[in-house]
Amino acid sequence: MPVKAIAPDYVGEVKDSVDRFHGNIVVYVNWVDHLMFCSALAFPLPPDMSFGSLLSDLLPQYYGLHPDWARIDWAQARWELDRQPFTPDLEKGLAANGVGHKSVLRFTTPGLTGIDGSCT
Amino acid sequence: MRMMIILPFIGIIERETTMNVQKKISLKDRYRILTRGLDWETSYQPMGKVFPDVGFEGIKIRNWDDFNDPFRLTMDAYWRFQAEKERKLYAVLDSFSQNNGQTAITDGRYVNTLKLFLTGISPDEYMAHRGFAHVGRQIPNAGLRISAQMQALDELRHAQTQIHTIGQYNKHFSGLHSFRRMHDRVWYLSVPKSFFDDAVTAGPFEYMVAIGFSFEYVLTNLLFVPFMSGAAYNGDMATVTFGFSAQSDEARHMTLGLEAIKFILEQHEDNVPIVQHWIDKWFWRGYRVLTLVAMMMDFMLPRRIMSWKDAWDIYFNDAGGALFGDLARYGITLPKYVDVPAKEVNRLSTEAWSIFYQYTHAAAFHTWLPTDQEMDWLSASYGPDWDRLYRPRFLHWRQMEKEGHRYYNNALPQLCQVCQIPMAFTEPDDPTRVAFRDTVYRGERYHFCSDGCKNIFDHEPEKYVQAWLPVHQIFQGNCGGASLDQVLDWYGIEKGVDNMDYAGSPDERTWKEWEAMRGRVAG
Ligand SMILES: [Fe+2]
Ligand SMILES: [Fe+2]
Repeated sequence: MPVKAIAPDYVGEVKDSVDRFHGNIVVYVNWVDHLMFCSALAFPLPPDMSFGSLLSDLLPQYYGLHPDWARIDWAQARWELDRQPFTPDLEKGLAANGVGHKSVLRFTTPGLTGIDGSCT
Repeated sequence: MRMMIILPFIGIIERETTMNVQKKISLKDRYRILTRGLDWETSYQPMGKVFPDVGFEGIKIRNWDDFNDPFRLTMDAYWRFQAEKERKLYAVLDSFSQNNGQTAITDGRYVNTLKLFLTGISPDEYMAHRGFAHVGRQIPNAGLRISAQMQALDELRHAQTQIHTIGQYNKHFSGLHSFRRMHDRVWYLSVPKSFFDDAVTAGPFEYMVAIGFSFEYVLTNLLFVPFMSGAAYNGDMATVTFGFSAQSDEARHMTLGLEAIKFILEQHEDNVPIVQHWIDKWFWRGYRVLTLVAMMMDFMLPRRIMSWKDAWDIYFNDAGGALFGDLARYGITLPKYVDVPAKEVNRLSTEAWSIFYQYTHAAAFHTWLPTDQEMDWLSASYGPDWDRLYRPRFLHWRQMEKEGHRYYNNALPQLCQVCQIPMAFTEPDDPTRVAFRDTVYRGERYHFCSDGCKNIFDHEPEKYVQAWLPVHQIFQGNCGGASLDQVLDWYGIEKGVDNMDYAGSPDERTWKEWEAMRGRVAG
């Protein structure tokens, strides 16, 4: 039963459907082993924004504060999209890469484990 | 119709008061008169139409008369007790303002716990009032009805006395001026707000289990004891007094919650799984709200009372364990996911304070980094893992401050669809990995901080798809604008006054002036 309600066919209003974000999709990004950023970062992004642009224009503004950011060897980085292993195509847009509304992108940067190895 | 119901009631009072002017009515009789007719059976309209909310939750009641009011408190006795407490409280508040009680606290930082309380808890006392009024209106049993109504009055009084008490501090400190507006709008206050919104939009039985039992009985000590003892330890006698004033109601509330749940369980075996799910759900929701308390205890009180870990051991493990032992004969077990808080206990407060430290620009209270001494206390309380995982974090942030680059997280965090806390909780079995859970429902993806929150969503997705998630609302343009300044304006947070670190705040300036004055007086 999807809800207990007085009205027999009660349906809730979906507050975060994609049509409410002015053409954007919401994307969450999590850098594994770097808890200085307490949660995945949430961004409203145009679905045709290239993955390369996400990586080189957007993320450095935030993750760049971490001393590990400059040390990342992107050839070694491993990606997950919505819990599945994933290889991004940097030229293509987010949607073309399969990134959808409220998708979670997680990346691991081998050898980098935060401040003094604390995963911060 | 209504006259016929009311007339005998008034008639009895008139008869008894005129005929027995000299003879005192016994307490028992007074209670009988007070509740007479409260469980009236309708005749012109079907009962289901007059009490529409008692049927839809699936709870089966064989005989409403089986519930007996454990207090049988009469209205005049109730007024007498409460009036006495009010007199004491307001006498203390008077002397507080005459003697500048606000200068007697341990440190200016202490007031930030009151900001959290006033914006996060007091408005929910008011919501508790509304919830119990609803139960009193809908449940067709006189004893439950009158005791729920009395609790509704208690909760209203709690909201009022808290506002009046903490209002004393509003004359001197920032962040307390728009508590009601903040409660409805500010991102982290959506955590307690959504908790109570969830409860009051449930049916009356779920509300009784959620608030009357799970909250009042199982978790209330973990909320009020830390705040009230924290106040006592930090020289805030005004808050201690309202705590005592409310505490005497709690015993009654706990008894009502327990009697109500036993009644529901005894009525029909089909009720057991429904109630068990509510216990699972409200235990988890309550525990998630208590994250704010854990943080308050371990990071915000200038003088600590005990660690969150000790509080959890004493007030949940010991007290709660005995309670669930009692309920075992009904087939009720410990709540689902009850093992998770023990796994999170060493890190919960640190994860929470880390959220507020990095989002201090969007908070209505001040933040700071723990001192070396405070970090020693944390590592003594939480063991060597705390030093390994968290001390480097705070030392690094301290270094950043020193270099003039105080760390702010300028992106918004992903939130849990159910508890609405930023998804900062780590895996129960791995404190270095953020926990992610999700569900796809009607083609839409939803994210959760934990199995507990996911379980709640999956049970009633149509309810939680409607969650007003502050981060998404900002993205949608519903919170005053896209810039931080616009959102702060809309929240009612005064920039550079209410938010940011305690160091350099107007609060700190005020406190230092008082200290200097004391120094001059003493010197
Ligand atoms: Fe209360
Ligand atoms: Fe959650």
